[in-house]
Amino acid sequence: MTSPSANIGPGNLERLIRAGEFVVTGELGPPKGWLRGEIERKAALVRGVVDAVNVTDNQTAVVRMSSIAAGRILIEQGIEPVVQMTCRDRNRLGMQSDLMGAAALGVRNVLCLSGDHQSFGNHPTAKNVFDLDSIQLVQLVARMRRDGVFQCGEEIAGGGPPFWVGAAANPFGDPFEFRPLRLAKKVAAGANFIQTQFIYDIPRFRKFMETVVDMGLHEKVALLAGVGPLKSSGMARYMRDKVPGMIVSEYYIAEMERAVSSIPKEDKTARAEAWKQRGIELCIEQIREIRGIPGVSGVHIMTVEWEAALRPVAEGAGLLPRPSTS
Amino acid sequence: MIVAERKPFAEIEAMVEGAGRVLVIGCGTCVTVCFAGGLEQVAALASALRIATRLGGKEKVIDEAVVERQCEWEYIDPLGARLDNYDLALSLGCGVGVQALGERFPAKRIVPGLNTSFMGLPVKPGEWEERCQACGDCVLDKTGGICPIARCSKQLLNGPCGGSQGGRCEIGHDVPCAWQLIWDRMNALGLRTGLTEVQPPKDWSSSRDGGPRRIVRDDLQLPEEYRD
Repeated sequence: MTSPSANIGPGNLERLIRAGEFVVTGELGPPKGWLRGEIERKAALVRGVVDAVNVTDNQTAVVRMSSIAAGRILIEQGIEPVVQMTCRDRNRLGMQSDLMGAAALGVRNVLCLSGDHQSFGNHPTAKNVFDLDSIQLVQLVARMRRDGVFQCGEEIAGGGPPFWVGAAANPFGDPFEFRPLRLAKKVAAGANFIQTQFIYDIPRFRKFMETVVDMGLHEKVALLAGVGPLKSSGMARYMRDKVPGMIVSEYYIAEMERAVSSIPKEDKTARAEAWKQRGIELCIEQIREIRGIPGVSGVHIMTVEWEAALRPVAEGAGLLPRPSTS
Repeated sequence: MIVAERKPFAEIEAMVEGAGRVLVIGCGTCVTVCFAGGLEQVAALASALRIATRLGGKEKVIDEAVVERQCEWEYIDPLGARLDNYDLALSLGCGVGVQALGERFPAKRIVPGLNTSFMGLPVKPGEWEERCQACGDCVLDKTGGICPIARCSKQLLNGPCGGSQGGRCEIGHDVPCAWQLIWDRMNALGLRTGLTEVQPPKDWSSSRDGGPRRIVRDDLQLPEEYRD
């Protein structure tokens, strides 16, 4: 009899990255409730457009359906999830137990995150956990696979689960010089792939990538550049002014404003349409530019409750069809 | 020091409501230094309570006392006889002081007039900041003398989360990012390589998570014949 991990192979994302493909991931937020219909509806919009889809874990500290449960529903829809796991809501026991459950349900990709502080969410008076930080979680999951042990060193029954371990990087956070070094720590901890924060400042990202390449990190980890279509000039300004650790260059704000400059303010439908079209075009432009930056192995397209934008973005950027999944 | 601030007056008023005779007890140590429970604050609160209860038509006897330290038996024991004259003691000590009074005088009702906030320091007149969470396993040698447990909103041990920008924490523009401070200090000290090693998960058992804490030192215990 073979161990379960021996006959349950790696996921699609791992296989494509190992094959050197330029990979594409998307993002899907689970519903603020328990009905699976919304996930199935969103699944139809991303199927065949991306190689795997991130499923967020109580993003912005707002309670939603579990990322593992929603990830399983995606698997049933024929879509490979990247299950996000934050350190905010569970201690090391809860996380490891959930990881075992996720592996049993067919989850292969785990993205390890600190998690937004609960003060941003809908339960701001909650206690936070942060028993582990994101780097320690990366280390824990990578070691589970490598050595088949829990954090305490005890053996995992059935051997190491075949997780492909992801982590995030924010090239736009401060201190800027610390960012590549912190990325190096995630790589040293065992990260297989990295997804970055939204990139709306390509020169700064380019500079970040130069350091990453100089350090040789791109050879040890697949770095997926984070992009996303803007929905309006208001959204661009909001991201610039209100989202912690974000930089949005003036170009994107000006372009989004220009998109509606000839449409009267009263014509809200026409403005929304013009914005969305320009947002998609700008995202395509971003992907084309980022693809040429040395060390970038793929793109992570975050559409934030606008899954319908994924296909036109991927299509326009020449990313379709996606390579075969088996 | 321990930093505290006074509870809202209405809350204190409600706590003393059923008592006819109240002793307000201040503390001469930490809460005096942070202007929350010293001689002057005891006097101010006692007068406010006197006025309020007189105006409310049910005047109470509100007396005042201040001890050097509410957290040590030798300073609070002398209060014993005096406390017999009161229905209730309103402590303006920290949470330790309130409990010390309760433990020493179990028959007396003791209520807190302060909210104990944190261990910290006055960074400038009228402004205090947290510096230590008493995790019981100090990491300041690794972080340039700046504590990520007390000063990072997520208590991260491996560097700043993605929300750090311009030296500020993601939770608010008046909160400095501890990891920016650590980074700057470690660079100034020429020790940045210390920040590139992956720090393992912390052992929280020495912190509150391990249950109530206690220190026993045999070298300081009284010989058997002198014990109570």
